[in-house]
Amino acid sequence: MTRSPYLTNAPSVSVIMLKVVLALIPAIFAYVWVFGGGILVVLSIATFVALTSEALMLKLRNRPVLPFLMDGSALVTAWLLALSLPPLAPWWLVVVGTFFAIVIAKQLYGGLGYNPFNPAMVGYAVLLISFPSIMTHWPAPLDLAKAQLGFADQFHYIFGGLLPDGVKVDGITQATPLDYLKTQLGLHRDLQDITHESIYGKFGGHGAELVTFAYLLGGIYLLQQKLITWHLPVAFLASLAIFSEIFYLVNPEHFANPLFHMFTGASMLAAFFIITDPVSGPTTPKGKLIFAGGIGILTYLIRVYGGYPDGVAFSVLLFNIGVPLIDAYTQPRVFGHTK
Amino acid sequence: MSRYTEIVENGLWKQNPGVVQLLGLCPTLAMTVSLVNGFSLGFMTALVMAASNASVSPVRRWVPTEIRIPVFILIIAALVTIIDLAMHAYLQSLHAVLGIFIPLIVTNCIVLARVEAFAAKNPVIPSALDGFMMGMGLSLVLALLGGIREIIGKGTLFSGIDLALGPSAKMFIIQVIPNYHGFLLAILPPGAFFGLASLVATKNWLEQRKSRTASVPTNEHQLVGH
Repeated sequence: MTRSPYLTNAPSVSVIMLKVVLALIPAIFAYVWVFGGGILVVLSIATFVALTSEALMLKLRNRPVLPFLMDGSALVTAWLLALSLPPLAPWWLVVVGTFFAIVIAKQLYGGLGYNPFNPAMVGYAVLLISFPSIMTHWPAPLDLAKAQLGFADQFHYIFGGLLPDGVKVDGITQATPLDYLKTQLGLHRDLQDITHESIYGKFGGHGAELVTFAYLLGGIYLLQQKLITWHLPVAFLASLAIFSEIFYLVNPEHFANPLFHMFTGASMLAAFFIITDPVSGPTTPKGKLIFAGGIGILTYLIRVYGGYPDGVAFSVLLFNIGVPLIDAYTQPRVFGHTK
Repeated sequence: MSRYTEIVENGLWKQNPGVVQLLGLCPTLAMTVSLVNGFSLGFMTALVMAASNASVSPVRRWVPTEIRIPVFILIIAALVTIIDLAMHAYLQSLHAVLGIFIPLIVTNCIVLARVEAFAAKNPVIPSALDGFMMGMGLSLVLALLGGIREIIGKGTLFSGIDLALGPSAKMFIIQVIPNYHGFLLAILPPGAFFGLASLVATKNWLEQRKSRTASVPTNEHQLVGH
């Protein structure tokens, strides 16, 4: 029988990570539905590389291998990175990104709990600035693609870069919704014309918006399980929405509406899974609001004025630098003490 | 003679400016996108350092302590100008690639550090040797870092050697990895930081292994960088 004040046991790291993995499952189903089974191959490569490089680094650092490996944090990093990559990414791209995330961003800084930067986003940023053309060529959703690839074809494409006879790369890839919007706006076309094209859906990208809904679903599960607090996702989405609403009100011909920004790109993934990383994020409630709000604004600015189509990774990394400062200035008043 | 071997050893290994003293990081990080770039800048720095140490050493007794820094800087600046103009005249294409970093050798703190720490206290010949060897130590680090970044970033080695040795030297360019996609990060500034950090780690690891195998731990004096 428990006695007052009824403190519940804090869940262990592995339980938390397992639930995060569980929350990502709907999104993976959505991915397979929209883009085909290739994402499963990418996820497997990332998982394998993450676990082996984590084990290797733990051994080199003379740390116990199994307990740290079983906490599942490497697995979550691998999955978050894999879900940020194009679903038909070549195998070596996944290997390089995961290796950077685990070895350099996490283990070289001291392992779980000591990394100042979000490992998955470090891996993503490294890949994006190193291989921009591969990273911005996403496969078209299956129902829009000119050529259909089965699971076996996708498997061969990821490992060998080979496509079936008669299929060209252009037949299976297209610009991402954010990328296309940016280039077309650059050609002085009206926003309304652009967003009526087939690659756009009701809110965001055709098909891709289904994946973002799945992230939202997983995020609500995390909130319900009290693994994350409302501060980070709400502040991020609110600042993104408010900021884009202001621009949208000023010039709706040129700036996309808030719903578009919330349901395209990595917004939902970032809101519930990326910025909620407990290690590299702030710990105080007020700090969380500042952190997430700042990332939202910066993401919007990079999307609209920056050189890259999406800005989540860079915004998260930039605000990771500010976390110690944010935490230092937002310490809550201790009960019974004056400030 | 042992004095001279000590100077050489200090410059090239024990107190290497690139990986031990960590002085002169600006060109180390900025110019090492290829082996040729890194080594050329390092070599020019070595020439300046040998010349500046050799010219400060004879006048060291007549320079008042209070104004020694401006005097030293003036001497170094004059020497750098000579190197800059000479390169512009004879190695024009290489000069264009290294650009602003040649005049900036003046502000490279390893040059002033050796003048201040060594030439102001020692006779001419050892001073000149110290300056040159410190410069060569820096050159080796710059060349190594440049080589690593070039191989990982572009898959080649010795690219741009024709700028230094004339168009016929193009045949020395080696394609280390054929059909390479290129790994842009190694060429971009982060690659310099990652690369230098790995070199420093490797040096420390080698030293640690050496001191572990040696029965008597050596007491090493390291110059503190600024």
